[in-house]
Amino acid sequence: MRGSSRVLATPSKYLALAVYLVFLAFPLLWLISTAFKSPQEMALIEPTIIPEHPTLDNFRLAFEQQPLARALLNTLIIAGVSALVTVLLSIPAAYVMARYRSVVSRMTALWVLLSQMFPFILVIIPLFLLLRDAGLYDTQIGLIIVYVVWSMPFALWMLRSYVVGIPVELEEAAAMDGAGKLRTLKDIVAPLLVPGVVAAALFAFVSAWNEFLFALVLLRTPELQTISLTLVKFIGAEGVARLGPLAAAALVATIPSLVFFAIIQRRLVGGMLGGAVKS
Amino acid sequence: MSDTAVAAKPRPTQRKPQQRRTWLGLDRDGLMLAVPALIPVVLFSLYPLLRGIYLGFTDAQAGRAATTEFTGFENYSQLLGDSYFWESFRIGLIWAFGVTILQFFASLGLALLLNQKLRLRWLARTLALVPWAMPPVVIGIMWRLVYHPNAGILNSVLRDLGIIDSNVEWLSSLSLALPAVIVVGVWSGMPQTTVVLLAGLQSVSEELKEAAAVDGAGPLQRFRNVTWPALRPIVTAMTTLDFIWNFNSFSLVYVLTEGGPGGSTRLPMLFAYEEAFRYGNYGYAAALGNAMVLVIGVFVVFYLRRRYREEG
Repeated sequence: MRGSSRVLATPSKYLALAVYLVFLAFPLLWLISTAFKSPQEMALIEPTIIPEHPTLDNFRLAFEQQPLARALLNTLIIAGVSALVTVLLSIPAAYVMARYRSVVSRMTALWVLLSQMFPFILVIIPLFLLLRDAGLYDTQIGLIIVYVVWSMPFALWMLRSYVVGIPVELEEAAAMDGAGKLRTLKDIVAPLLVPGVVAAALFAFVSAWNEFLFALVLLRTPELQTISLTLVKFIGAEGVARLGPLAAAALVATIPSLVFFAIIQRRLVGGMLGGAVKS
Repeated sequence: MSDTAVAAKPRPTQRKPQQRRTWLGLDRDGLMLAVPALIPVVLFSLYPLLRGIYLGFTDAQAGRAATTEFTGFENYSQLLGDSYFWESFRIGLIWAFGVTILQFFASLGLALLLNQKLRLRWLARTLALVPWAMPPVVIGIMWRLVYHPNAGILNSVLRDLGIIDSNVEWLSSLSLALPAVIVVGVWSGMPQTTVVLLAGLQSVSEELKEAAAVDGAGPLQRFRNVTWPALRPIVTAMTTLDFIWNFNSFSLVYVLTEGGPGGSTRLPMLFAYEEAFRYGNYGYAAALGNAMVLVIGVFVVFYLRRRYREEG
């Protein structure tokens, strides 16, 4: 009985897996395919999935038609600085969250959760007004501040769990030797936190790199814009001839976050589950 | 043995007596360490949020000359009479329920498959994570290419299969645009859901499943009586959060349709964005945000009650 049902079950499982693979992979393949196709091949009635005459023209055109290089550089700076500042501010705070049973720790934990639930419109109008009054509207610094603050909850959450994993005895030994809190944090805790810090920094980088709404509201000058904004401008007039460069630009914009994401993937999954699955 | 137990679970309160509580349970060192993070959080997220809630009760407008006055519930009585508001909330609920539910079932199926020893499992696993890393704007552009009426692959495949005769305008059709964007929402949200469900499945005790199998329970019975009860708390938490995120979502649909055609995909956030930054009605847009919080609040209460009941 069990044997026969298994014989039937396996092919149907593979069929289901195949359906998933197609659903997940097809849009990606199509994006890649479009990026490498000539306009002539794009205009065919029966589209080809694997380009017959692959070309890099679209990439060249993408960089020529739009300030793509500038946008990539802008995004690199904004995401890089945001990531750096996020972890620098988060390390000590995460330490406090892990080691002190204080109102602040509990409030922060609550805030991590609550900040995920509010519609961004409530935050973004006052942020816009605040930055405008401070003369930081339409500046990269303004956007960096916003990114730091909004990737901090998750960074804190991740780093906190790393601190909890460090034996408190190590610090007690250091304290016995007369080291103060700051020294202990710098000399004992921080070196052990390196993997967590890397993960948190890459996470902050990827979220800033991918972000769209804040950038849309807080930046206006074309020379300052991030890659997401530039890509959206690309969409406008969508003659078939422009689809190739659009796909090429979209592909280029994905590579950094894809690479970084691949590095932190395991840790991110672990960090998320730290909150989701109580064991 | 006892050493490792202590190490895994530090108890800060049992520590040195010199650690006197001074302010909110923090000593001077603790305060110094927390403040650099606290100040920007208070200034740039807590304060804006509170001010945003307050703005919803004012007539705040764009333009430096405009003065802001407290108007109580005026915005809300205006909202109640605004058919665009009702329409956007209706669309928002269809979208949020549609994406959350479809995403849940799609992810559950995938997680069940990934939890078994199948060939090509690694490929599906890798592919399932890719959308997580992609900028929403790129996901939107990618699906615009898939849905493109003339050069898109979807129409071509459907033509070849004989399902359609002429090209369909997926994203500019009044009736098809919303289902089409929901599919994209499912695609982009599947990674997180699948990962969480997979972890949940892996925490289900193998012995219990085997014991059930020995007792003659089929795969379906095993799922219903062993796997599902273990999974349920995770599922409730996850779908509630997914629903909230989806109800608040903006970027994906903005890139795909900008809320069109004819407002048929104008989610609440898109409506609020237009009100605030196209027409400058800050107060009205913030009131919309407050109304969204009300909807979300209902779901949070529902979730908390359910969780309370499940825990007995």
